[in-house]
Amino acid sequence: MIKQISLFLENKKGRLANVCQVLGNESINIRALSLADTTDFGVLRLIVNDPDKAYAVLKANNFAVSMTDVLAMEVTDTPGGLAGTLEKLDEAGVNVEYMYAFLGTTSQSALVIIRVENPEIAISVIRQAGINILTGEQVYSL
Amino acid sequence: MYWNQHYECMPHQQLEAVQIERLKNIVERVYYNVPFYRNKFQEAGVEPGDIKSLEDIKKLPYTTKQDLRDNYPFNMFTTAMSDVVRIHASSGTTGKPTVVGYTRADLNTWAELMARSLTCGGTTKSSVVQVAYGYGLFTGGLGAHYGAERIGATVIPISGGNTARQLMIMKDFGTTVLTCTPSYAIHLAEVWESLGEDPSLLKLQYGVFGAEPWSERMRQELERRLNISAVDIYGLSEIIGPGVACECQEKKGLHVFEDHFIPEIVDPVTGEKLPYGEKGELVITTLTKEALPMLRYRTRDLSMLIQEPCACGRTHVRMHRVMGRTDDMLIIRGVNVFPSQVESVILEVGGTEPHYLLIVDRKGSLDELEIQVEVSAAMFSDKVKGLEDLGQKIRRRLESVLGIAAKVKLVEPHTLPRSEGKAQRVIDRRKI
Repeated sequence: MIKQISLFLENKKGRLANVCQVLGNESINIRALSLADTTDFGVLRLIVNDPDKAYAVLKANNFAVSMTDVLAMEVTDTPGGLAGTLEKLDEAGVNVEYMYAFLGTTSQSALVIIRVENPEIAISVIRQAGINILTGEQVYSL
Repeated sequence: MYWNQHYECMPHQQLEAVQIERLKNIVERVYYNVPFYRNKFQEAGVEPGDIKSLEDIKKLPYTTKQDLRDNYPFNMFTTAMSDVVRIHASSGTTGKPTVVGYTRADLNTWAELMARSLTCGGTTKSSVVQVAYGYGLFTGGLGAHYGAERIGATVIPISGGNTARQLMIMKDFGTTVLTCTPSYAIHLAEVWESLGEDPSLLKLQYGVFGAEPWSERMRQELERRLNISAVDIYGLSEIIGPGVACECQEKKGLHVFEDHFIPEIVDPVTGEKLPYGEKGELVITTLTKEALPMLRYRTRDLSMLIQEPCACGRTHVRMHRVMGRTDDMLIIRGVNVFPSQVESVILEVGGTEPHYLLIVDRKGSLDELEIQVEVSAAMFSDKVKGLEDLGQKIRRRLESVLGIAAKVKLVEPHTLPRSEGKAQRVIDRRKI
């Protein structure tokens, strides 16, 4: 399971840059990110190389921050690869709350981050469906 | 034009004789009927017999909004509930409203006072009066309604809102007198203009506007754009509702109907009584109210009293248009809003920090209220829906407590201004 850092951000100029600055100053590397936005605010989701440190640093800088468990799964890096994977999740009865792509890749595959309702249960279901799920250690060190 | 020339133009000395007689009666009435007043009198070492002249009024203890709250809902009524025929309410400083009651005689008095006020504003039996104040627990709508009916005018009880329909009716029914908040009147003018309609199609002649502070500049604006003569009306539900005081066509202050009320100006800090012409807090004693008389009620409105005779012929003292507040109450679209009400909602709903800011602005001519509240770092989850639900929940709860819609904006922790002493909770950007 992967630890994801989520932050509450107002839709205000410079806020995203502030976050990246704070992390950069602490030598924390961002490996994947997604920004869900509404009219007034956004939720920034990050996968970093050192989630515990990132959480502590952001907290110390007064951000509203939380840690969430997500899954990183391998997707064949060819046209239709993601469609095939999602079909399998669907068949396995796993509902994806949100999903975003990882910046890096393993040799043959693309990586996507997914958030599901019950990650513990979902892991075995997804593995049974023949989809590779990466561990935290694997992802943080990519 | 007077509604009740006998009283409105009564020589002041004679008026004072009426006042003292009525004051003695009301003091006795509350002393013997309301334990709250009796206790207060005893604490102050005063007995009804001590009130012999109008000067003696300063011996009486003050009454405050907090007193009404402590006696919620009906404990300050002097009459049996079976004699109370109407209830109105306005915002309290926190969750519970301030409740007032009227006997049949009180409703009669109120209609008389509103008939006088609307007559001051130009209303006659042949007027068509569009009452665009809200009807309901708020005193504006029904107060104006009964006053206009008393005059015998044609009343259109349209209540507030639905601007397009207001304008259609104003045009088709030939409304001659409009009564509502001044900001709503400006809004009506703007919408009328934006429709490209010819102002001469309206038969409007007079406006009687109140329930919120406004300025001379705003009056000129309204008079020009609606092609009317506009006067300011004052009142508060604790005293009776609108009709405590109203401007005549001289437009140089509002006549306080002194046969029914005694106005005083006091130093808001020391409570010391101030002379005519000095600015301070307006304090009102009711002389004829039955269900809920008020002795020396602290209105929290800042004003001054003008003793010089008015060219209109009315002898009743005038109060300057309200110049501000001694507390943090805001009036938004005619509705009283206290920051403490917002605070209680935020604490009740939870999920946020107890830091908030009210931002009041006037977009076009309508007041807008935005509440900024800090997302709680401890309660934050990464769900967008969770945050949107939180915002919605606060918004709905605020609307039900305040009685007006407010925009809720969630902001990041530690971003709202903190201050050492009294926190700044309000930014009012309106130019009135």
